[in-house]
Amino acid sequence: MNKWQDNKAWFMVIPVFLVVAVSAIIPLMTVVNYSLQDIFGPDQRVFVGLEWYKDALTDSRLHDALSRQLLFSSLVLLIEIPLGILIAMMMPKKGWSASLSLVLVALPLLIPWNVIGTIWIIFMRPDIGLLGAAINGMGIPFDHTAAPVSAWVTVMMMEVWHWTPLVVLLAYAGLQAIPEAYFQAARIDGASAWATFRYIQLPKMRGVLTIAILLRFMDSFLIYAEPFVLTGGGPGNSTTFLSIYLVKQAVGQFDLGPAAAFSIIYFLIVLLFCWLFYQALLKVGTGDKS
Amino acid sequence: MKFQKRTIGLIIYFVLLMLPIYWMLNMSLRTNADILSAFSFYPSAPTLDNYIKIFTDESWYSGYLNSFYYVSMNVMISLLTALPAAYAFSRYNFLGDKHLFFWLLTNRMAPPAVFLLPFFQLYSTFNLIDTHFAVALSHCLFNVPLAVWVLEGFMSGVPREIDEMAYIDGYSFPRFFLTIFMPLIRTGIGVTAFFCFMFSWVELLLARTLTTTAAKPIAAIMTRTVSASGLDWGLLAAAGVLTIVPGALVIWFVRNHLAKGFALGRV
Repeated sequence: MNKWQDNKAWFMVIPVFLVVAVSAIIPLMTVVNYSLQDIFGPDQRVFVGLEWYKDALTDSRLHDALSRQLLFSSLVLLIEIPLGILIAMMMPKKGWSASLSLVLVALPLLIPWNVIGTIWIIFMRPDIGLLGAAINGMGIPFDHTAAPVSAWVTVMMMEVWHWTPLVVLLAYAGLQAIPEAYFQAARIDGASAWATFRYIQLPKMRGVLTIAILLRFMDSFLIYAEPFVLTGGGPGNSTTFLSIYLVKQAVGQFDLGPAAAFSIIYFLIVLLFCWLFYQALLKVGTGDKS
Repeated sequence: MKFQKRTIGLIIYFVLLMLPIYWMLNMSLRTNADILSAFSFYPSAPTLDNYIKIFTDESWYSGYLNSFYYVSMNVMISLLTALPAAYAFSRYNFLGDKHLFFWLLTNRMAPPAVFLLPFFQLYSTFNLIDTHFAVALSHCLFNVPLAVWVLEGFMSGVPREIDEMAYIDGYSFPRFFLTIFMPLIRTGIGVTAFFCFMFSWVELLLARTLTTTAAKPIAAIMTRTVSASGLDWGLLAAAGVLTIVPGALVIWFVRNHLAKGFALGRV
C-alpha cells in the first residue's frame, strides 16, 4: 500500500530475525536430518531417504489421529470464535465492572497447562468432582475415563473453558477500538442490531479475529498437555490427538527417525492450513471494505 | 430490557468460568485425604497447610522465583526486539517483508515433542542448560512472532503523517520513536506484554527440558513433587492457585490498556 520503499528497514528486523532464527532454524534442520536416517545409537546411523515419510503417510493410526485432530480443531474454531465474540459484546465497556470482567476472563489463561488437566481430573470425577457429580446427579451416566463420548465432551469443555477467554480479550479490544461516531451514525440510519454487527463491528474486528483464528487453530492443532493429563489419549484411542500419538511414538517406542518424519509432516499440515486461513482472511478484508 | 439480558448472560458465563477455579481453591484448602474421601461444596475444615508447605519449602517457592525471572527476561527481550521490527513492517516495503512476516508466525506451528532433543543439544553446545537465560531465549521462539504481529497492528493504526511531521521538525529517529511514537502505542505495548507474560508463564515442555535444578520452573516442580508421593491433590491445587496470582496482578495493571486496547489498531 502506501508504505515507504526502503531496504534499510532490514536493519530494524535483524534483531528479531536473529533471536528467532537461533531457536528455529538449527533445531528444524536437525529434525529434518533425523527424519532421513535410521538411528540406532549416537554413532550408528543409516541413511534411509524418504522411507519414514512413506511409512508415516501410510500409517492408518496416524490417519485416525489426524481425522480426530481435524474434527477437534474445527469444533474449537466453530465454538470458541462465535462464543468469544458474543461474550466480548456483552462485556461492559467502562467502569469498575469492565476492569473486573477483564481480570476474571483472563484467569483461566494463567494456569499452567498440566495443572489445568489435573484440576479437571478431580473436577469431572463422578464422586468428588463438582461437574462430574452434577451431570451424574441429573441422571446422565458420565465418566470420561470409560466412555469415549464423555471423554470428548470433557476435553471440549475444558478446551472451551480454557481458551475462549483469549478470543474474548482480542475481540473485546477490537470492539473498544470502534469510534462512538459509527454507532451514532448507525442509530440515525435506524440500523438493526444485526446490521450494526454485520456492517460495523464485524468488519472492524477483522484484524483481531485474524490473529484469534490463526492462534486458536495452531494451538488447538498442537494441543498436548491438557488432554494428555486428563485422559491420556483414552479411553482406547478415542482422544489420542496428533501430538499425543506423536509422543507415544517418539518416547514410547524410542524411534527418533519415524517420529522426526512425523513431526515434519505435522508441521507442514499446520503451515498449510494457517497459510490458507491467512490468505482467505486477507481477501475477506479487501472485498469487504465498508 | 436488553441491558438486563446481556448482564444475565454475562453472569452465567462468569459463573461457569469460575467453577473450575473455585474447585481448585476449594481443594487447596483441604487435606488430600479429605478431598478424596467425600464430595463437599466448601471446605468443612479449612486448612492452610498446603500453602504453608509451599511458602516454607525452598524447592517449592524457588520454582516461582525461577519462573518469574525467565518470564520477565523473556518479556523484556520480546518487546525490545519486536518494537523496531514491528515499526519496520508497518512503515516500510522491503525485500521479502511479507514472507518474513508470515515466516515469523510459522515458528509457533511445529509440534514440540521431537524438537525438544535438538533444543537441548543446541543449548548444551552454548553451555546454557539450566540457566534462566536459556528458557527466556527459547520462549522467544513463540513470543517474539506474536509480539511483532500484535504491535504491527497497533502501529499501522497510527497515521504515517505523524512520523513525517516529526522528521520535518528535525527529530532523529530514536528521539521520535521514544518520545512521540511509543507513548502513542503504549496500549499496544501493554497488551503485548500481557500476552508474552501469559504464554511464557504457562509453557512447560521447553522450560522443563532446558532446566535441571537451578532454573526449574514452578509448573515442572509441580509435576515432579506430585509424582513422587502419589498425588497430593491439595498441594497441587494450592500451587495452582498461587500460579494465577502473578498473572492476575499483571492483568490488573494493564487492564485499562486492554480496555482501550488495540484502540488505534487496524489489527
